[in-house]
Amino acid sequence: MKILVCVKQVPDMESRFKVNSEGVWYDEKDLAFKLNEYDEFALEQAVRVKEQLGNTVDITVLSIGPDRVVEAIKKGLAMGGDRGIHIKDDHPWQKDPWQIASVIAAFARDKNFDLVFTGLQSQDRGSAQVGGILAELLGFACATTLVAFELNGDLVTVRQELDGGMCAILKFKLPAVVTCQMGLNTPRYPTLPNIMKARQKELLAFPVTNFIGPKNLAATERMYLPEKKGHGLVLEGDVNEVADRLVGVLKEKTTVLR
Amino acid sequence: MKALLICEYRQGKLLESTYELLAFADVLAAERVMLLVGTEAAAPKFDGKVYLADSGVYGEFNPDLHKRLFLDVVQKEHPDYIVFIHSPYGWDLAPRVAAALKAAQVSEIIGVKEGKFEVPSCNAKLRRLVSPRSAQVVLTIQAGAFSPQGKPAGTPQIEQVSIEAGSSRVEFIGYEAAEKKEVDLAKAEVIVSAGRGVGKKENVEVIAALARALGGELGATRPVVDAGWVEHTRQVGSSGQTVSPKLYVACGISGAIQHIAGMKKSGFIVAINKDKDAPIGEVADVLVVADVMQFIPALLARLKK
Ligand SMILES: Cc1cc2nc3c(=O)[nH]c(=O)nc-3n(C[C@H](O)[C@H](O)[C@H](O)COP(=O)(O)OP(=O)(O)OC[C@H]3O[C@@H](n4cnc5c(N)ncnc54)[C@H](O)[C@@H]3O)c2cc1C
Repeated sequence: MKILVCVKQVPDMESRFKVNSEGVWYDEKDLAFKLNEYDEFALEQAVRVKEQLGNTVDITVLSIGPDRVVEAIKKGLAMGGDRGIHIKDDHPWQKDPWQIASVIAAFARDKNFDLVFTGLQSQDRGSAQVGGILAELLGFACATTLVAFELNGDLVTVRQELDGGMCAILKFKLPAVVTCQMGLNTPRYPTLPNIMKARQKELLAFPVTNFIGPKNLAATERMYLPEKKGHGLVLEGDVNEVADRLVGVLKEKTTVLR
Repeated sequence: MKALLICEYRQGKLLESTYELLAFADVLAAERVMLLVGTEAAAPKFDGKVYLADSGVYGEFNPDLHKRLFLDVVQKEHPDYIVFIHSPYGWDLAPRVAAALKAAQVSEIIGVKEGKFEVPSCNAKLRRLVSPRSAQVVLTIQAGAFSPQGKPAGTPQIEQVSIEAGSSRVEFIGYEAAEKKEVDLAKAEVIVSAGRGVGKKENVEVIAALARALGGELGATRPVVDAGWVEHTRQVGSSGQTVSPKLYVACGISGAIQHIAGMKKSGFIVAINKDKDAPIGEVADVLVVADVMQFIPALLARLKK
């Protein structure tokens, strides 16, 4: 069985963001990047399939982006992926989800993957589109927002989360693209020996131009910081003084301390 | 301009969020046509055309068949916009419809500016203005971003749609309801919630102690529940409980839209976060910029006095 896991590297969401000089994306300088949280669930699930079925399973970890994304691929290999594919693109954010999915589809089309795992969405862009478009382009079955996944032969049973925590149970046959939601599993931490082993694993790089097909269907015209609507009081400084002030505010504005 | 609005229907009922689609179409000043996979009894109250596909035939939740139904109606109506709610149903189907039509998709719209679509990025710390480049465009709107004015009213003009059902690649087996809520947070006057910023499971006890000191209940964000630090029945948010206590204290919580959806109606909101830019600040009455594990003990010491 051949599995593809598509991962993205995103900035730490606790960063202070600035807009870049073109005004269309965030400035990457001074940002720390990490593996997109939802993709960790995708990687973990792929590795569990391999543990279930043994060494007949081969896991490819793919990422599109500048050289920094190799770190994300290596984390995937240390978690249990078999080989890495780095599709080099210095400005991946200039591609809309349709183009990103088209690049992945162009890479994947003749490789006979049985199962493709992606995160539900990326933490920076949050479009939740790439998985669905990819399924359509490859002509695979598709299920999204998974909180449970089970494989029996070529039959997959999943729980897809709906609103309010309710789920739909779906069944389908491989090949399929599935997108993973928080809580699907608990992603493992790569162990030191596995991090060392991952260094020996195959990691191929290709220029994105090898896979370029259709043009963008949408473009980011502008990126900006939201207007601060927050009307609230901001308290900072010495914790003891702030605690005194907060108690004062709570006594004045609420009835809970009376 | 014409907008095809995709209704959501679950367990025999039309979801209220459907009416937000109408409000959004008004912002676009577009002609409105709706599409429901459901039953006639549940048709939206709206003076206009509603395409109805029988959920008895096409299933309540069958993305494969629903996609084909939507494409069929798109062929009949030639809408400029095909609009979904940015919900698990909407974000599942929208990209498949967009890809089949080779149409642009813009996700999670919160506003329309200069004829372009405003969407959040990076956990709402940034905004993007997106312009589609294709003639037909698929859109998903953030739940709650476009509020309907007044009560829904009207009588739909129903038009049945049917397609050759054929075989669907995906089989819908059934629903599984959310867990029973043993802790009813809706009744609590004070809720003190733990987010991932509390750091580790052991620290949750400090947050629970604050909840007790304030005579309230402990709540939590989803990752804290997923990690097993707090039981699921205490999760606040779109996939947990919706609460409106007199006081809500958010400890180490970033303020993701799905969490805010569950607590924004609280009477008074205090957030404790080391990140001054955290989006929780947008809804907080007081934002304490501090390390939770330093601040809460200091606060507890004062409350005990
Ligand atoms: C379909 C769907 C449904 C969802 N449903 C829900 C839901 O019902 N409820 C829910 O909560 N989430 C839900 N989520 C997840 C949601 O998107 C967020 O991922 C989640 O709310 C983030 O939780 P958090 O704030 O605890 O963690 P994070 O986003 O990781 O934030 C942690 C915060 O803690 C702060 N922090 C870190 N260390 C400290 C410190 N020492 N002192 C003070 N502050 C610190 C950081 O600055 C940060 O702001 C859902 C997501 C999806 C896609």
